[in-house]
Amino acid sequence: MKFVLILGAKSDIAKAVAKVFASNGYNLYLCARDVNELSDFKKDLEIRTCVRVELKEIDINNIEKHEEFYMGLEPKPEGIITTTGYLPDQKEAENSHMETIKTIYANYLGIVCFLNIVANDLEKRGKGFIVGISSVAGDRGRRSNYIYGSAKAGFTAYLSGLRNRLWHKGIRVITVKPGFVHTKMTKDMKLPPLLTATPEEVAKDVFKAVQKGKDVIYSRWFWKYIMLLIRLIPEPIFKRLNL
Amino acid sequence: MEGVNLYSWGMYPKIKNRHFSFKDLKELSSYMRDSFSYIPYGNGRSYGDACLNDCILYCKPYNFLLDFDTQNGIIHCQSGVLLAEIIKITIPRGWFLKITPGTKYITVGGAIASDVHGKNHHIDGCFSESLLEFRLMLPSGEVIQCKKGDELFHATCGGMGLTGVIIAARIQLKKIKSKNIRRIIIKTKNLTETFECFEKYASSTYSVAWVDCLTKGKNIGRSIFTIGEFIEDGDLNYKEKKKLNIPFTFPGFILNRFTVKAFNYFYYHKFQNDIFEEIVDIDNFFYPLDSINYWNRIYGKNGFLQYHLVIPRKEGYTGIEEILWKVARYEGGCFLGVLKFYGKENNNLLSFPLEGYGLALDFKINKGVFELLNELDKIVVKYGGRIYLAKDARMSRETFEAGYHNFQKFKEVRKKYELYKKFQSLQSRRLEI
Repeated sequence: MKFVLILGAKSDIAKAVAKVFASNGYNLYLCARDVNELSDFKKDLEIRTCVRVELKEIDINNIEKHEEFYMGLEPKPEGIITTTGYLPDQKEAENSHMETIKTIYANYLGIVCFLNIVANDLEKRGKGFIVGISSVAGDRGRRSNYIYGSAKAGFTAYLSGLRNRLWHKGIRVITVKPGFVHTKMTKDMKLPPLLTATPEEVAKDVFKAVQKGKDVIYSRWFWKYIMLLIRLIPEPIFKRLNL
Repeated sequence: MEGVNLYSWGMYPKIKNRHFSFKDLKELSSYMRDSFSYIPYGNGRSYGDACLNDCILYCKPYNFLLDFDTQNGIIHCQSGVLLAEIIKITIPRGWFLKITPGTKYITVGGAIASDVHGKNHHIDGCFSESLLEFRLMLPSGEVIQCKKGDELFHATCGGMGLTGVIIAARIQLKKIKSKNIRRIIIKTKNLTETFECFEKYASSTYSVAWVDCLTKGKNIGRSIFTIGEFIEDGDLNYKEKKKLNIPFTFPGFILNRFTVKAFNYFYYHKFQNDIFEEIVDIDNFFYPLDSINYWNRIYGKNGFLQYHLVIPRKEGYTGIEEILWKVARYEGGCFLGVLKFYGKENNNLLSFPLEGYGLALDFKINKGVFELLNELDKIVVKYGGRIYLAKDARMSRETFEAGYHNFQKFKEVRKKYELYKKFQSLQSRRLEI
């Protein structure tokens, strides 16, 4: 009974990821707040793929409960995919502590605390994988979304360190950096069609990365080169740009 | 609301439209309160203007499977689910659709609204025969359970989406012991032989004939006549094959009278024996055109019309022959002709099939085609036949009313539940229903 745990299961990317893994025979723990909203989705997946899907209630911000939550899972998951994320309005976040804290919790603090527990367990068992969905926004801070971006940057660095630690134990850690994606989170934004992926594309990329044991992937792939260019711009010039 | 235009499968007519979709019933009922009219749209596989309006309710994303009773073969799903999604999970468990049209890429909602039929109509009837019940949302936001015998059931099946939004349905499947079918192909020399085949093989579960529409003279109506039965070899291993893709719209001149003639010649002579037997799988037998993505693009950017008529059995031969004569003389040529014997008419107000002979013809949009079809209309009306609403983009109100005797009752239902203001299509306005 192979189980994969999906954290933040109500997001569009999570649902697409769930479909791909289920259709490849993985049983699923779908974890989110108010997770019962997913009961139709769960039933649909079970009928289509004949895998077992369990809904697990978790509030990622409630860090004290993480240990108890994870201990309650039986069997333990073979892999975990975190899709949790929160994109604030940059201007609002600049002016509100609450908004800034919420952003850091949802994109960094909550997930990292949870992954610490998972990582220790996988290390003990000596197998498994961890996929963290970070963002291209974490590759370089830009004025348009640096509060979100800095939390993602922290998360990217965390995954990099975790990969370094767990590689020696045979556990793969995969950093996924999507560019623009058509989701609930971005539905009010005007996105350039060529640069924008669908959640299904991201999910396919995630599954492929797990199969092939990749370290860092971008989705769509050419974001790698866009971000490379953006990182190469010297700071004295970069600071003058309107990005 | 998105700005991308939606078309029907025939890519004619093309109009500017905007569309919106819904995730749950709360969202759907909020649209009911809006003042504008719209038409529910599934996967856009009906050919004409029945699914078009300047405002479209795009139902395909509403597509959860709700239950699959593997013991009794009953599938319960939301209306945006495609038949392809259903059979993918039911065939391996030994269940298949009782009624399926020639494409599996239609939604359940669309199958109900067009009350689709297939190669077994003469035995098993229309899609509504396999429908145990469905739920329908009315303009008031009220959700109604409909089953056979209910007024709204018989108005909605075949009702072209004009009676409310179909939300979910329970469908009875049929037991199969294999994904394979024994197909027998018989080459006929003319229409008389083709008709003899239909009468002779009336007890075969599946039957259909491909007609060469360009042949004139004594060979008029020569066909590739096909019958089939599921075999029982226990092979239920169903996998979708790789598909061909038409990546862009062909220039309009590629399909013309001569290329079609050449195609017909090769297709007809492909089968060397007069009788030919083979084992094929479900996709091969029921959905040959589904193996080519976007095959509608070969008709060019102006699109095409499918003209699908039925003529009562008594006058069937005379009527079909008269039509084939007209078509064979038509300059533009007719790419595809499919002839089928239909069984008894059902109780649905606007369902298409009636006991007799149905003929489906594909025409590229050309200058002369509308004139030709107007003439064909007259022949169909003369023999007491009718034209399929799911394919139609141009028939007159008079032709419609002459063919569908229950149109008045349908209009009354539209009035009674205040459906006529909310649900409108280009077709419903043209036909004044």
